[in-house]
Amino acid sequence: MYDYLLPEFLVERREDSCIRCRVCERQCANNVHLYDTELDRFFLSEKDCVGCQRCVELCPTGALYVHPRLADYRPNSSWTRDKMQNLKKQAATGGVVLTGSGNDKPYRVYWDHLLLNASQVTNPSIDPLREPMEMQTFLGRKPDTLKIEFSEGKAKLASEMCPNVPVQIPLVFSAMSLGAISYPAFKSLAMAAKETGVLFNTGEGGLPVEMRDEYADCAIVQCASGRFGVDLDYLNSARIIEIKIGQGAKPGIGGHLPGEKVSDYIAQTRMIPRGTDALSPAPQHDIYSIEDLSMLIYALKEATNYTKPVSVKIAAVHNVAAIASGIVRAGADIVAIDGIRGGTGAAPLATRDNVGIPLELALASVDKRLRDEGIRNKCSVMAAGGIRSSADAIKAIALGADGVYIGTAALVAMGCTLCHKCYTGKCNWGICTQNPYLTKRLNPELTSQRLINLLKGWSHEIQEMLGGLGVNAIESLRGNHEHLRGVGLEEWELNVLGVKGAGE
Amino acid sequence: MNGFNVKFGYRDNFLDNLQPVDILYNTRVSTDGCRATINALGLKHKELNDLLRETVQSGGKELVINNVFGQRYIGTRLYLPSEDNKLHIEVNKFPGNDLGAFLNGHRVIVHGNAQDGVGNTMDSGEIIVHGRAGDVTAMSMRGGKIFIRDNVGYRTAIHMKEYRDKVPVLVVGGTAQDFLGEYMAGGIVLLLGLNLQESEPHRANYIGTGMHGGVIYLRGCLAEHQLGKEVGVLPLDDQDKAKIDCYVREYCNHFGGNPEEILNGSFQKLIPVSLRPYGQIYAY
Repeated sequence: MYDYLLPEFLVERREDSCIRCRVCERQCANNVHLYDTELDRFFLSEKDCVGCQRCVELCPTGALYVHPRLADYRPNSSWTRDKMQNLKKQAATGGVVLTGSGNDKPYRVYWDHLLLNASQVTNPSIDPLREPMEMQTFLGRKPDTLKIEFSEGKAKLASEMCPNVPVQIPLVFSAMSLGAISYPAFKSLAMAAKETGVLFNTGEGGLPVEMRDEYADCAIVQCASGRFGVDLDYLNSARIIEIKIGQGAKPGIGGHLPGEKVSDYIAQTRMIPRGTDALSPAPQHDIYSIEDLSMLIYALKEATNYTKPVSVKIAAVHNVAAIASGIVRAGADIVAIDGIRGGTGAAPLATRDNVGIPLELALASVDKRLRDEGIRNKCSVMAAGGIRSSADAIKAIALGADGVYIGTAALVAMGCTLCHKCYTGKCNWGICTQNPYLTKRLNPELTSQRLINLLKGWSHEIQEMLGGLGVNAIESLRGNHEHLRGVGLEEWELNVLGVKGAGE
Repeated sequence: MNGFNVKFGYRDNFLDNLQPVDILYNTRVSTDGCRATINALGLKHKELNDLLRETVQSGGKELVINNVFGQRYIGTRLYLPSEDNKLHIEVNKFPGNDLGAFLNGHRVIVHGNAQDGVGNTMDSGEIIVHGRAGDVTAMSMRGGKIFIRDNVGYRTAIHMKEYRDKVPVLVVGGTAQDFLGEYMAGGIVLLLGLNLQESEPHRANYIGTGMHGGVIYLRGCLAEHQLGKEVGVLPLDDQDKAKIDCYVREYCNHFGGNPEEILNGSFQKLIPVSLRPYGQIYAY
């Protein structure tokens, strides 16, 4: 049957440069390039091209050029090409249109409308190359007051401290489960986290037993609605436990890891039979209220003898501030907020593009609400979803975050080109696939180095900007809206963000 | 409270004003060799679980907990990975929510009713309840056995799952409420319906909605509309009969009753029609 879909990409081959090495053919899991030895020419199946640029980047002579094929339909601002293509897909299958990665719709990116301050004359800026700059921060609940007792000339901390976890840079790799991403990709994140003194998040796909000795110490493990791979050893091996309530890319819905991705290894880590769908229900069925959430938080604290902070991750939605307050009151030590631009391995397109609110607004309103209620110290706030650069990260911290989750940025560092086809399991970059032919394209030794470089670069940039602000510790910037000014924003937006307009 | 700008108070229901465990241990625990008796009257859940942990660390292997009224998470904090370190815990009266959550190999016997979340994400071991249990019993359970003498509440055995030799078993003497075995991905549920009248159907509707693994054996009758659409009904084969025989005898060992009489009832077997119930709903 014809699917009536136009190719999304145009593939051009400069015949005079092509040396017939057939790298493109071998590299493309979508079988776009096909070489006919008898005719000595390549045939193209452009329809199957997803625009991941793998062949372009690996072509030794630069003979390939892949670029978006402009809509050949009559231009129409309302019935855009992707709307029409999706209609046709659905007419052919009757299915839910899937997509991967993060929201690509032009909702306002508030990071691009917030500007940082710098010191001029009235206070000195700091040069991080010569002067100490504290980037370490601690995730977890802080006491209301610090009581110090003095006896025999020695000071002793008398207040009871809750478990806190130090991170050397306030950047943490987002939850990406083994199963959604490949083993080398997962391992690269773990290795980079260990090397740089930050944390990585296992997502809900479990943590392989053989990785626990080495990497559990920098792992945030998730307990999500599917409870895959969750047992006492898993919980006790980790540094932080995260209850996943929602995800920015798909608030309100669960996850389906299709059976064909559940290989022996994935089955073992998730503790489910091979080849069955790994279904994560939309809600956690033991959590229908804040009181129920409290029950699970304390169950996890009991299970780990109160030695680990418990985080609760929610998607940024309309009443996020009130929900976050409830979460803190339920006993969570960390609240993670995932905005509408957060990524995913697979989500219905309609949900990804239309459900949730931008992280920036959610983060500012949560921080304000928790301060107003006098409970901001009870938790750390993690910001997730569409953090693209060190500037976004530092603005998030100034808006009230303790730390920042980076997911898509880490994937891009590993090679991802945001083709949005994560759900097909045919990732040519070996990241979002379980096909061994594709996954061996990633070498954790090399890929983790790229991630380490990324964190190092961001860390330097953040230090430079902090120094410019005249601040010498990342924790001093947290929630300091005075260091931010808005440009091109409406008054209600400035109010929600809690920042003044530029020049004010 | 910090005293600045506080609009709403903050109270921790669970952790405020806890009594230190060493004082509790001296006043609440009496030991006789490896057998310890604990008086839980009026304790918060953390105090009781502190006490259980302390008792076990002081060599207790058999714990009898008296006057339990609503304390949660009994058994959860007793993570003792070694195999020969498994405990026998008897709970008198009424434990609170999440009894044996994440339970790791211990045996918990309850002389009374249990509340919600019995055996939540339980890994291994045994829970035997001489009474009824509440909602989400055996949720996400992945190993071990649970025996409930009477009825269970809503959403029982939701997302139960198995892997290789770890097959969780839930045996319920009475009936269950709606969404029994929803999203079930593995394991065995045996619902005996002993307290139902003849030809009185089981209570649950939407049985096995979204089920994609495991099996539910049901004694007694059921109307077709009570089943979720992902479930098929089959007659028993010899293997099924052998399994049911074994678990019914185990049930009668715990709670009394005549196994032959129970086994004479009519059983049916509910299994998922597909391992991939939602494989076809997407457009790629």
